[in-house]
Amino acid sequence: MSGLKMPALDQDVLSRRTQIVASLSRIVPGEGVVSNEHEMRVFESDGLTAYKALPFIVVLPETVQQVADVLKYCHGENIKVVPRGSGTSLSGGALPLEDAVLLVMSRFNRMLEIDYPNRCAVVQPGVTNLGITTAVEGEGFYYAPDPSSQIACSIGGNVAENSGGVHSLKYGLTANNVLGVELVTIEGEIIRLGGKYLEADGYDLLGVITGSEGLLGVVTEVTVRILQSPETARALLVGFPSSEDGGQCVADIISQGIIPGGMEMMDRPAIHAAEDFVRAGYPLDVEALLIVELDGPEAEVDYLIGRVEKIAKQNKSSTLRISTNEEERRSFWAGRKAAFPAVGRISPDYYCMDGTIPRKQLPKVLARMRELSEQYDLRVANVFHAGDGNLHPLILYDANIPGQLEKTEEFGADILRLCVEVGGVLTGEHGVGVEKRDLMPEMFTEDDLKQQQRVKCAFDEKHLLNPGKVFPQLHRCAELGRMHVHKGNVQFPDLPRF
Amino acid sequence: MADINKQPDADLHPKSDEDVLAAVQWAVVEETPLEIVGQGSKRALGRPMQTAHTLDMSGLAGITLFEPEELVLSAKAGTPLKEITEKLDAVHQELQFEPADFGPLLGIAPGQGTLGGLVNTNICGPRRLKYGSARDHILGMSAVSGRGEIFKSGGRVVKNVTGYDLSKGITGAYGTLAVLTDITVKVMPKAETEQTLLLSGLTDAEAAQAMALAMGSNAEVSGAAHMPASVSGGRAATLLRLEGFAPSVAYRIENLGKMLKDFGTHEQLEEATSKSQWWAVRDCIPFSEHHEKPVWRISCTPTQGHHIVETIRAATSVDAYYDWQGGLIWMQINGENPQADLIRATLKQHGGGHATLIRADAATRQSTPVFQPQPAPLAALSKRYRENFDPKGVLNPGRIVG
Repeated sequence: MSGLKMPALDQDVLSRRTQIVASLSRIVPGEGVVSNEHEMRVFESDGLTAYKALPFIVVLPETVQQVADVLKYCHGENIKVVPRGSGTSLSGGALPLEDAVLLVMSRFNRMLEIDYPNRCAVVQPGVTNLGITTAVEGEGFYYAPDPSSQIACSIGGNVAENSGGVHSLKYGLTANNVLGVELVTIEGEIIRLGGKYLEADGYDLLGVITGSEGLLGVVTEVTVRILQSPETARALLVGFPSSEDGGQCVADIISQGIIPGGMEMMDRPAIHAAEDFVRAGYPLDVEALLIVELDGPEAEVDYLIGRVEKIAKQNKSSTLRISTNEEERRSFWAGRKAAFPAVGRISPDYYCMDGTIPRKQLPKVLARMRELSEQYDLRVANVFHAGDGNLHPLILYDANIPGQLEKTEEFGADILRLCVEVGGVLTGEHGVGVEKRDLMPEMFTEDDLKQQQRVKCAFDEKHLLNPGKVFPQLHRCAELGRMHVHKGNVQFPDLPRF
Repeated sequence: MADINKQPDADLHPKSDEDVLAAVQWAVVEETPLEIVGQGSKRALGRPMQTAHTLDMSGLAGITLFEPEELVLSAKAGTPLKEITEKLDAVHQELQFEPADFGPLLGIAPGQGTLGGLVNTNICGPRRLKYGSARDHILGMSAVSGRGEIFKSGGRVVKNVTGYDLSKGITGAYGTLAVLTDITVKVMPKAETEQTLLLSGLTDAEAAQAMALAMGSNAEVSGAAHMPASVSGGRAATLLRLEGFAPSVAYRIENLGKMLKDFGTHEQLEEATSKSQWWAVRDCIPFSEHHEKPVWRISCTPTQGHHIVETIRAATSVDAYYDWQGGLIWMQINGENPQADLIRATLKQHGGGHATLIRADAATRQSTPVFQPQPAPLAALSKRYRENFDPKGVLNPGRIVG
């Protein structure tokens, strides 16, 4: 772990471990509490494998009441809790703490209801993202957000991270596809936000929960919007002599009102790595490769393919292929979908970044990234959700070379600072977690972060849920609540009054 | 600088973010509540308030950033919505969530309102079904909290999960958390064209069935509404809107018509007629005549809409029509009693949701819970949430709950 400071261990809690295990075992009997080191090892990390920590105790509840009782108990005993879905977070959101109960939601794995007339499904949080689509595809429906981990990641984790995916350009992120949740607070209160209706009432706490990275509550049920699968999908594979041309093509497509189902770009190193790996038939003499997938009714897709082709040609495309059947469409995607493992083949390790930038800044950011690559003497390959400006630079390194991980993280931090500098953000879909926690001040002022933490105080005043994630510095709620304006330092505002 | 002990004039007119900050800080210190107002077009929404001072945000106006190619627009909170709409119109873009104009419904001039007011009320339109409401299109904001501190949330890009999404958490808060100063929204190109498939003569139950089939089809319906005969003034009208590129719309409307051939008589409404029909649905034009009658906006499970109306109708005289496939009921009460208990109890029996008293005189909005009362644990959480933004209760106090 490279210099990551986590909250101080609570020695009092550590000293009461035997008693705590016994109490938790009474709440979740049977196999629900895991406390021996060997069995807990499998939970020591999530998708951000550079960071590891052995959990204090692992609890796998099966019922909502058990979740409520565990949280209430932990709240009463001042024990920290780290919620975990499938553990696929790429930012360390589910990284255990050595003095925290790891609350694993994987046993909540049932589809509770599928309601086609209202186009929604009520599911338990441990159901996988793809599991929802699998359950409804027989009737011609699917669940739209599609993170690349969709085969494994849980819908509860998707809510915690506000997960996106290739399709989020057209169909939105998790936040736009969740209608309601049942949530258990750290005090053990069971709360429902929203439902099968289109908007929740009161403050948009559903919107706040989504993407809160497990810091505000534990989701025990999710109602998601399901959509009718598009009638058809076709793709174009377009090469450009420069990233500027590719970037302009993307801008022109969108500004003509065409919102593709997916629009992905790769740079030269990523194209070469992918082509070497899966032989997708990608052109190797281009600087940028764009996959544009149009989905919808056949008549629309055919029409738009023609329009996108014209736009691509106006933007100096050097190669252009249009899929004529499903097999060909999938072959266009094969290289993109294999881009991460393909990069893994040419380097012992790689580090995946996740900044978002305004689209027009792409050429500038890519050029600057090449300079940084030379400066750090580390290679970088770029895949890019081009439509929404979400970059995934992959930094190639070797963890066995002392100092390379640290250097890689520095390079990554510079890339994210660059994203913020050009008007973008630190993370588009992977979350802050522990990974980008200490970079938060690059994007937010102290007051911005304090106001976010006050929201935390409304839900979890003792900072027991997933502490050490998202915020670089923990402030006590009493301190956060203090007012800074007082009589004497404020006068009646000298504003025009008429 | 005015003497702090002197009773000041009632209205504050900030011209800059610093002015807003100064005004809120003053209110915090004096513990004197402020009513936050843009053009005042939504003043009759929510509970009536009694505040000694008004913070008039209309002077904090102007579009500060518009990049059509990037589909992004930023403006000061007091910017008239009309100005934004015109700016977008010029490049064939729009706010995709189709914000409703409640002017006619509330008996004031149409075309009023500011961006800040829109965001604070999370207003949307028939496209809610497909594209969400204001909250789904807000990318970022700056604001002054009720603590007298400037803070920001979000940014100017769509894909952003950096920190809590306070932009959503503040949207729809009726000014009770923070005074917005800057707002950045996602804008979208307008659809090339639209057509509506009109099904005539359906009962409410048949319409519910037809709308569910349409929404579950490949037709990509962007509006599904039903006006019973009592509201349409003629035969019952079920409206299914298709938007997009001309060849696509033509293809889809044909397929949709075939699929729904057993439902009523069909007519295809061309763009101009279609637009005027949806304008009426959006702005609640059918209930814009009798301003003395209470009107409810009921959000429910779409297929439950007609059951809810049927149950309420059996107990009292109402007029109602449906948007959002039945998931939004506009209901006008033919009497003085707004029937809040009846409506909310019926809603509870039919899968839940929430009912907002959108139009009633001030006395009624004072005595009747305008917004859906929340269960105790959620109400307590909402209260703590609010207090962490506005501990002294100086921003629009009492607007949501008394």
